Amino acid sequence: MSSPILKLVAQRIALGILLLLAVSVLIFAGTQILPGDVAQAILGQSATPESLANLREQLGLNDPAYVRYFRWLGGVVTGDLGTAMSSGQDIATSIKGRLWNTLFLAFWAAIVAVPLAIILGLIAVRYRNGWVDKLISGLALASTSFPEFFIGYVLVYFFAVKWQIFPGISTVYDGMPFGERMQAIALPATALTLVVLAHMMRMTRAAILNVMQSAYVETAELKGLSAFNVIRKHAFPNAIAPIINVVMLNLAYLIVGVVVVEVIFVYPGMGQYLVDHVTKRDVPVVQAVGLIFAAVYIGLNIIADIAAIVANPRLRHPK
Amino acid sequence: MADSKAKPGLLLDIRNLRIEATVYPPGEPPKTITLVHDVSLTLEKGKVLGLIGESGAGKSTIGLSSMGYGRGGVRITGGEVILNGRDILKGGKDGFRKLRGREVCYVAQSAAAAFNPAHKLMDQVVEATLLHGTATRAEAEKRAVALFKKLSLPNPETIGERFPHQVSGGQLQRVMTAMALCSEPDLIVFDEPTTALDVTTQIDVLAAIKDAIRDTHVAALYITHDLAVVAQVSDEIMVLRHGRLVEWGGTRQIIKEPRQEYTNALVSVHEIEHAEQKPGTTPFLSVKNVTAAYGGGHVKVLKNVSVDIYPGQTLAVVGESGSGKSTLARAITGLLPPEQGTVTFDGRPLANRLADRPKEDLRQLQMIYQMADVAMNPRQTVGTIIGRPLEFYFGMRGKQRDARVAELLDKIEMGKGFIDRYPAELSGGQKQRVCIARSLAAKPKLIICDEVTSALDPLVAHGILELLLELQKEENVAYLFITHDLATVKSIADSIAVMYRGEVVRYGPKSKVLTPPFDAYTDLLLSSVPEMEIGWLEKAIKGRRMASAGN
Repeated sequence: MSSPILKLVAQRIALGILLLLAVSVLIFAGTQILPGDVAQAILGQSATPESLANLREQLGLNDPAYVRYFRWLGGVVTGDLGTAMSSGQDIATSIKGRLWNTLFLAFWAAIVAVPLAIILGLIAVRYRNGWVDKLISGLALASTSFPEFFIGYVLVYFFAVKWQIFPGISTVYDGMPFGERMQAIALPATALTLVVLAHMMRMTRAAILNVMQSAYVETAELKGLSAFNVIRKHAFPNAIAPIINVVMLNLAYLIVGVVVVEVIFVYPGMGQYLVDHVTKRDVPVVQAVGLIFAAVYIGLNIIADIAAIVANPRLRHPK
Repeated sequence: MADSKAKPGLLLDIRNLRIEATVYPPGEPPKTITLVHDVSLTLEKGKVLGLIGESGAGKSTIGLSSMGYGRGGVRITGGEVILNGRDILKGGKDGFRKLRGREVCYVAQSAAAAFNPAHKLMDQVVEATLLHGTATRAEAEKRAVALFKKLSLPNPETIGERFPHQVSGGQLQRVMTAMALCSEPDLIVFDEPTTALDVTTQIDVLAAIKDAIRDTHVAALYITHDLAVVAQVSDEIMVLRHGRLVEWGGTRQIIKEPRQEYTNALVSVHEIEHAEQKPGTTPFLSVKNVTAAYGGGHVKVLKNVSVDIYPGQTLAVVGESGSGKSTLARAITGLLPPEQGTVTFDGRPLANRLADRPKEDLRQLQMIYQMADVAMNPRQTVGTIIGRPLEFYFGMRGKQRDARVAELLDKIEMGKGFIDRYPAELSGGQKQRVCIARSLAAKPKLIICDEVTSALDPLVAHGILELLLELQKEENVAYLFITHDLATVKSIADSIAVMYRGEVVRYGPKSKVLTPPFDAYTDLLLSSVPEMEIGWLEKAIKGRRMASAGN
């Protein structure tokens, strides 16, 4: 809107890109330090010293590390993530569908979890220190304390095995009708919601309670506003920055942290893809997935930063 | 309830009000303390009653009770609050909500904190009116603009589109008054509405409030600790102390013929007779042509400032907020290295940056701050706090240190019993005394006092000033005394520097600076200090030669 905001936003984006580059160096370095050799892995038992040397030459493995890094980075930037060693498939092509699946699951989990967490947080503040507050906090805390695989199996036991409402295995395929797809992701989305709910709800509660001490909250009370309207109209808008931050952290978790849930429900997303290829020691895939996860994480945090900047009236409306 | 409609024209009738709170002293079981002891008052329609007293007198607590509101854990436990013929304490929560913002409105001490930073001013000004459905949005906004005009706010048509941070403190306070008037209430509670403002701004806001009260015929409870201020706006004054009524009477009677001793103490002028010392031959600290800026040189806050300080004397620096008083202190101490100019100490230049100064130079310049309670580590005892400079500068340990701490405590007129106390267990005045002892412990040549009495009640502040003068005689220490309060300046200064927008506009011995002819700004500053005289406000406004910077 105005120059200070544009400047701050540009700064954040530039920082994000720099950070992403640093992460790419780390990912590349990390996979280089790991024991094992790509040529050896590809050839396996049938390796002879000559074939190994040939393949190394062919793959460019004899080049210095920085040359290989820039070759890899150049590929990534142009959309070429390399070839999976285990299957020989193009990584970009196989990731596309899985990334879409992961985003689909994360999207629906977030659609439920974020508003629910914020509304529960508002209610907890309204009835702070009363039994409603304690009940909400207690339940939310309990659901976070249970490991996600436990929640996953409990959900499978009741909803899939006992009552048979939702499928226990979330198979999805291309061209699946929307309704069926939703039914398939019902249980993993519920598990994810339960995992991220408490964190966001408690942060919302704490951020608003912090603002409730302000003189302008007293002003609002002395205008005769009802307790809930005081919170909604006067406290919440000033607590938005920390809330956005924790929401974005949790959204990032929904995308990069779903590994366990995807494995439990055999959901064909990025997490499962990553786990599969870690066990196969497929370094190019691990690199590619790692970089995508890092990009998502950094991207969402930049959005949180920018949203917090834009939410600040002092920056939005300079003197 | 029959007798509650006693007098026609009676708006508010508080009877035997008792207000209590539960406190949780550390290490003791919670106990109930009484903040207001059976106070009764009446207020007629369109009249102004001033509630005055020191902090802890229960003024705000009584004021807020007229809206059924208690801050923190404060509870109204007895008595009646009869507003417009009904006891509002019997109305319950819904009853309170209906009267707040409609029958009774509130103007807070710091409008800067009391406005929500996230919303436009207009939305906040008309909020209560719309909430109670007494007008449509268009009507309410029209009313608000008319009020902005009445309160002589600049650009009344568009100021509502601004956010609180885009408007100055004095203007915000007037917008808050407009906000209270917008829902056309019967009563407004003004809670120290001008205390946080500069004197030069206070006078404008005070005049605006007074006019608005007169023109709208609203009744008001005007809460303040400043008798001279309340004398300008009230019809009657009620003096409170420790939650009890001391005296209640017409404004003229209270300020001219107080019947109670305590009222008399408040009314009488507490000027300390301080004979001016003539400047010596050589100053030990000399600030020459200092220019300093924040933000990498972008915002110049000190422009070519030169002052001298002589051994054992006091230089008072006066000016309104933003005039560069505290920045001058920061430049001298090296916290904000000057861009140009020099500070010489004992004939040699001081390093610009704090980090480049030897320990001995640090010892010679000590500071005391406005907020004594945040200037001390709450987890250290008084003994540790005062002992720290002794260890740091002189390497004192054990018995030698304890003996010196006891000696210093004695100097600040506090006994040895305080050595093991924590800051939280001290009163405001005692905290400031401990800060003074801490700075004295370093045996400095100069103590910079930054608004050290501004947060204290007048009688307590008086004691601190006397102590500072006493210590100056004993220790031959010089003070750089930063303040916005001219009465304080008269009591303590030998020479005065008047600052305005980063420049020294008037500088010299006290007698000269305070003698006419004045420059325009000094004149404004001097004429803005409220005097305990009915009709002073109108006279002062008429006689002004320039507008204050805060507007």
